[in-house]
Amino acid sequence: MTMRALLRQDHETPPHDPASSGHGATTAAHAEQADGVVMTGSPTTRSSAAPSAVLAVRSSGAMLWLRSNAFSMLLWAISIGSLLLFWYLGTKYRWEFYMRFTNVPTPGEVLGKVAEVSQSTRFLTHIGISVQRILIGFIIAASIGIPLGLLVGRYRAARDLVMPIIEVLRPIPAIAWVPMAIMLWPTNEVSIVFITFLGSFFPILLNTVHGVRSLDGVLIRAARCLGAGELRLFVNVMLPGVLPHIFTGLSVGMGVAWVSLIAAEMISGQFGVGYFTWEAYSLVSYPEIGLGMITIGLLGLGCSGAIQLIGSAIMPWLVHSNAGKR
Amino acid sequence: MSDERKGWIQIDDLAVTFHANGTEVRAVDGVSMNVQPGEFVSLIGPSGCGKSTLLNIVAGFVQASAGSAELDGKPIKGPGSDRGVVFQQYSLFPWLSVRKNVEFGLRMQGVPRSRRESAARTLLGLAGLLAFENHYPDQLSGGMKQRVGIVRALATSPQVLLMDEPFGALDSQTRVVMQEILTNMWQQFRISVLFITHDIEEAIFLSDRIYVMTARPGRIKAEIAVPLPRPRTPEMTASPAFVELVQQLKALIREESLAAMGSELKDGGLTGFGVKVGPHGVEEMV
Repeated sequence: MTMRALLRQDHETPPHDPASSGHGATTAAHAEQADGVVMTGSPTTRSSAAPSAVLAVRSSGAMLWLRSNAFSMLLWAISIGSLLLFWYLGTKYRWEFYMRFTNVPTPGEVLGKVAEVSQSTRFLTHIGISVQRILIGFIIAASIGIPLGLLVGRYRAARDLVMPIIEVLRPIPAIAWVPMAIMLWPTNEVSIVFITFLGSFFPILLNTVHGVRSLDGVLIRAARCLGAGELRLFVNVMLPGVLPHIFTGLSVGMGVAWVSLIAAEMISGQFGVGYFTWEAYSLVSYPEIGLGMITIGLLGLGCSGAIQLIGSAIMPWLVHSNAGKR
Repeated sequence: MSDERKGWIQIDDLAVTFHANGTEVRAVDGVSMNVQPGEFVSLIGPSGCGKSTLLNIVAGFVQASAGSAELDGKPIKGPGSDRGVVFQQYSLFPWLSVRKNVEFGLRMQGVPRSRRESAARTLLGLAGLLAFENHYPDQLSGGMKQRVGIVRALATSPQVLLMDEPFGALDSQTRVVMQEILTNMWQQFRISVLFITHDIEEAIFLSDRIYVMTARPGRIKAEIAVPLPRPRTPEMTASPAFVELVQQLKALIREESLAAMGSELKDGGLTGFGVKVGPHGVEEMV
């Protein structure tokens, strides 16, 4: 037997054959991903007849996605629908059983407000300013929290230097920082951004640290004996290795950022969705409270969704590593 | 000719002591051994005998407490790409495709992309994995992952390959195939290999020489040459010479395995599961 023939023998089959697409309710997305991997494969690994075959797999993949997710979508609709129904019924019949719906705006009134505020750009400005504050605070938090987290996770000296401060400051809720922030920073705007930053900074930092600590040491050793120096180790091994934890931190951090932002806006703002909602209460304009709350919910949802999308776009390998754990 | 002499590991009177919870543990003691250029040498011994510690010394992950470890006459100071390491656990970077994993060492050396790619493709072709170059490690079976691990370690053209029970996690059928693949690759690359295993037949099938280690603290108990011709074939495992070597090694290892349980055996032996084990082995069936 020649060497080549021997080496080419494949006594094992890979657990994930890209040709056999999704099975079960949650694997449809994997099938999509697997197709993507095949598509980007070099032409030498695929026959010339491949494109049409891949297309066929694609469209049947879409059908599969619809079929396996139809039930989920139905449940989502029921979930949101029952919340809306509760709200509608409560305000229609003005329920009073300890909880009082007497002053709560009806869904119709809130919907009417949507039409009203879309007449001018005032409401959009509120949204724009809130989103801008979130983005600035969040980006600063990520760009400090991630590198610092990598250092703290890797070096004991950095850990001993930084963690005491973190552990003392972390239990202070962002809202308790509002008076101090107003004193510390020259403008209201900066203090609100600062509070947003604080809210997201700790989850991002701590998740990054945890990620480094739980990174498999064999990967570090493998990289070192492949010639990776300390800087390369950070950029080419630790950063990608910790990325899943970093994204957990970003996700949590984004949630806390919104909580902190709205609190800060309600106390010291002149703009923003939080200010809009609080102002509506002071002006006894109840439908606007509902509108403000729903807007905050949707903006938060959109931001976490964006982080998840970015995460799965830059970590395509996770689709495969999670597949076995379902 | 000077190039021919590369890949010579020389260990002299080496000792390693670990400090754990305030107590000193001597992992290996007074070990002298060598691997000649192009030679395939196995280290075999009971678990916990310091085999992996010795390999980590050569890899540069662990510093010796006494004695010396040299590669081609130079003291080993730290890890480097002149020594490829294949680990027992799968150590592929999960975020890199199979080909990018193989390219990693070359990337660290600053080799341009096109040359990296063609080098990685050649190696993957040899390992029969070219069709999987764009897969992620988590899409591969255990045997495939370990083959990628081997070619990744070979990609930087190291002088020695250090393998720490690389097939330990594989099922026995896959393991046999992997052993054949490894001997074939080794014959083609002709580099020195230090191979750690606790599988006697694996050690005989692969090696030119075998060092048997004692229980902790690990010392060299015996050095055994394997006179079987190359290339090795699966049929050889049934030959009288092979079977005799197996028996010889089994006896050596058995003594050490019992010695490793020594403290338990000193007072009245170890009794359980209907068996009584004493200093000379199983004494009686209860």
